Amino acid sequence: MAAVQETVDRVRQIDVDQYRYGFETLIESEKAPKGLSEDIVRFISAKKNEPDWMLQWRLEAYRRWLTMVEPTWARVDYPKIDFQDLYYYAAPKPKKTVGSLDEIDPEILKTYEKLGIPLREVAILEGVEPRPGEPDTPSRKIAVDAVFDSVSVATTFQAELKKAGVIFMPISEAIKHHPELVQKYLGSVVPTSDNFYATLNSAVFSDGSFVYVPPGVRCPMELSTYFRINERNTGQFERTLIIADKGSYVSYLEGCTAPQRDENQLHAAVVELVAMDDAEIKYSTVQNWYPGNSEGKGGIYNFVTKRGDCRGANSKISWTQVETGSAITWKYPSCILRGDNSRGEFYSIAISNGYQQVDSGTKMIHLGKNTSSRIISKGIAAGKSQNTYRGLVTAHRKATGARNFTACDSLLIGDQCGAHTVPYIEAKNASALFEHEATTSKISEDVLFYCIQRGLSQEEAVGLVVNGFVKDVLQQLPMEFAVEAQKLISISLEGSVG
Amino acid sequence: MNIAVAKPDKPDTASDNFAAVSARVPGAGKVADTRRQALDTFQRIGLPHRRIEDWKYTDLRALMREVLPLAAAPEATALARAETAAKLHAIDGVRRLVLVDGVLAPDLSDLAGLEAGLSIRSLSEALQAGDDRVLSLDTADPMVALNTALMTDGVVIEVADGTTLARPLHILHITSGGAPAAMFTRSRIALGNAAVATVVESYVAGEGASAYQVHDSAVISVGDHARLDYVRIVEDAPEAFNITSAAVSVGAHAHFNAFGITTGGLVSRYQAVVTVAGSHSEVQTNGVNLLNGKQHADTTLVMNHDVPHCASREGFRAVVDDRGHSVFQGRINVRQPAQQTDAKMMTRALLLSDEAEVDNKPELEIFADDVTCGHGAAVGALDDSLLFYLRARGLPQKEAEAMLIQAFVGEAIEAIADDNLRELVTAAAVRWLEARQ
Repeated sequence: MAAVQETVDRVRQIDVDQYRYGFETLIESEKAPKGLSEDIVRFISAKKNEPDWMLQWRLEAYRRWLTMVEPTWARVDYPKIDFQDLYYYAAPKPKKTVGSLDEIDPEILKTYEKLGIPLREVAILEGVEPRPGEPDTPSRKIAVDAVFDSVSVATTFQAELKKAGVIFMPISEAIKHHPELVQKYLGSVVPTSDNFYATLNSAVFSDGSFVYVPPGVRCPMELSTYFRINERNTGQFERTLIIADKGSYVSYLEGCTAPQRDENQLHAAVVELVAMDDAEIKYSTVQNWYPGNSEGKGGIYNFVTKRGDCRGANSKISWTQVETGSAITWKYPSCILRGDNSRGEFYSIAISNGYQQVDSGTKMIHLGKNTSSRIISKGIAAGKSQNTYRGLVTAHRKATGARNFTACDSLLIGDQCGAHTVPYIEAKNASALFEHEATTSKISEDVLFYCIQRGLSQEEAVGLVVNGFVKDVLQQLPMEFAVEAQKLISISLEGSVG
Repeated sequence: MNIAVAKPDKPDTASDNFAAVSARVPGAGKVADTRRQALDTFQRIGLPHRRIEDWKYTDLRALMREVLPLAAAPEATALARAETAAKLHAIDGVRRLVLVDGVLAPDLSDLAGLEAGLSIRSLSEALQAGDDRVLSLDTADPMVALNTALMTDGVVIEVADGTTLARPLHILHITSGGAPAAMFTRSRIALGNAAVATVVESYVAGEGASAYQVHDSAVISVGDHARLDYVRIVEDAPEAFNITSAAVSVGAHAHFNAFGITTGGLVSRYQAVVTVAGSHSEVQTNGVNLLNGKQHADTTLVMNHDVPHCASREGFRAVVDDRGHSVFQGRINVRQPAQQTDAKMMTRALLLSDEAEVDNKPELEIFADDVTCGHGAAVGALDDSLLFYLRARGLPQKEAEAMLIQAFVGEAIEAIADDNLRELVTAAAVRWLEARQ
């Protein structure tokens, strides 16, 4: 009977172990020896042919890192990480110098194809219509920088971006070609002394994306980076630096996946955004690192420092994140609202299932006059997961007219999970106006009953309610991502009901 | 170069105080052991500072710097000064229990003619008798540990099953004056099943008392089907410190309705842990801070829901002027068995000056899925359009402000059930507003 078969398939899918991106790519890679020391830092720097100032910058960070201790305040629980038992550099072994996309190891290209990331821009550039039956090429152009383990493997649409004056390249290239920009802005938002993981990243980061949008330019397409951890036992430390000069606009997307492995892997990235006068940066993330299996074994430790600096007047930075992956998430994309009338936004959906632990939120630091911020956070906890929103809203003495609105809602699915809210609200200015509201509840039985009575399955009904619950955030995502995110949400909640 | 921060030859007041307390109130068995351990805990941690998460906004190492020596037991002159203060702060229709410089003063207290079912003892009596029920406060917190190690006296109130107290009890803490000193007190309020009582606790200073330290604590238990209304009024001297910790345990089908107002003291902190241990109970805690000058007041409430079908409401309002600093930290913990919990927390603050500061940290920690929990926080200045409306009708600026502030805090004060006490608290708020003009 068809219905029976359907049920069997459904049940099979429901298994949390069904991580779609869990495959491994077998390619030769080149690794630095295990462990971390000054020599490794020098090795990474030498591998990248970096100038001396960059090496000194890394070494200073490394020396500082040695004096720091791991933060323990987050509501996450994991065995102590042995930082000497990790590879800090892994790169797909180059067969020869890579000059064009065709020379990249076809295995890597295949990996990205499997992930649905189009690195081949040729077809679009030449205006070739996809034949029926072939995978559809995106209707809108997206320039992609693909980072495989520690190095950037390909960046697309270089020529077209160049015409607009936009610089979009791996940060290792930018260090060579635009040292003046990198030197000026690198570490100016997240200094090398910022926190344990950011400092570690400063010492050992191997690659990442660099974006510079010149004054008055509206970046002609969405920029995107796709991160993939492939090697065993490697830490991925990428560094992203985006600068939007006066009056410019850029929208940037970030996606991540990793193979399924039993051991935990560390991902400690740093993202710095700088928005000058009247500039706007929109940063969207769909984070889908391997979350570990249904027993909580394996998965990525995602310890990320993301911060944006609204340096100029009337600037705007907006973070949108959909977090479904990682065994442990520890990230707080923040906005420093330095320029007068600047605006910060944070939209987040954090879904945890299985044994995942999420401690995420944002910081809105109001320093300039008439600055405003908005935080919409939706946490959904299922299975045996713990989901924490942790946020800070603060108005400095001189931040007259600071405004904040925060809404953080949590949804609990099942009685084995936990949802927590830890907001810090600090006002040091009389004209600051802060509003904060948070609710926690489960999906109402009435609503579920209503849907089921009209013929939806329990899972479909939950999916419908959850999609309604997170709608405010999904609307903020660029269209391509919104579709992907919506699918991701229903996948990560599979197995949570019933 | 940094100069070493160690303070080598500084006298260890905690140890000295401990010796003095041990001489006055020996205690026995478990009591003595607990006190000794608590002293060790405090000496290990010292005064809490901003690196300790729970004390992030109230850094006692910077604000208090040191613990003052133990206050001497009150003599005739101190008692005379206290008597004057007691008259000044008398409340009509209550049974008064007066603590002078941290010691129960029987002559100033109404200990005669206790109604049936009511028992009142001094804490020192209870300690010497080895009554360990006064020890149930978690000494992991350094200030609770300090208080446990050094508590000298207080009142132990026990209301038997089924007893309804006709007169509210008034615990009045008076610091008589003289040399700056520290008081360490603890009270126990225990309501039996189906007992009903109203307790008001207030903190005042005698003439001449200024820079003193109140280290108070309370162990409160409310039996099944019982109801306790509890009002706390802090009107300490402008240079005084008041650090109070409380542990409240609420039985089944019970009501606990607490209210606190702080207008006095330089630095104050009230930290309470309320645990609902029986189902179908209701807890309400409300508070108002009215601060000016350099006052710092911190309210830290932990609401533990351990059992199903309970409701809790927390409402907190702060009005901060000059360089005042108000802190509210609230945490609602809903454990896995506590299904059908209905918990709400709301904190609102008015900033009246550009140098005032308000820090809010309303936390939710939820492990049960079938619950309705929420919290809200709002911070802002007085609404200009409302002020304009009142001024357009001829009210001077300050009066218009006072009217709006009174309405703002009035919403919280309304939660007090006892008419007399509600008026008393309203009067305290009005006094603060009048002093502002």
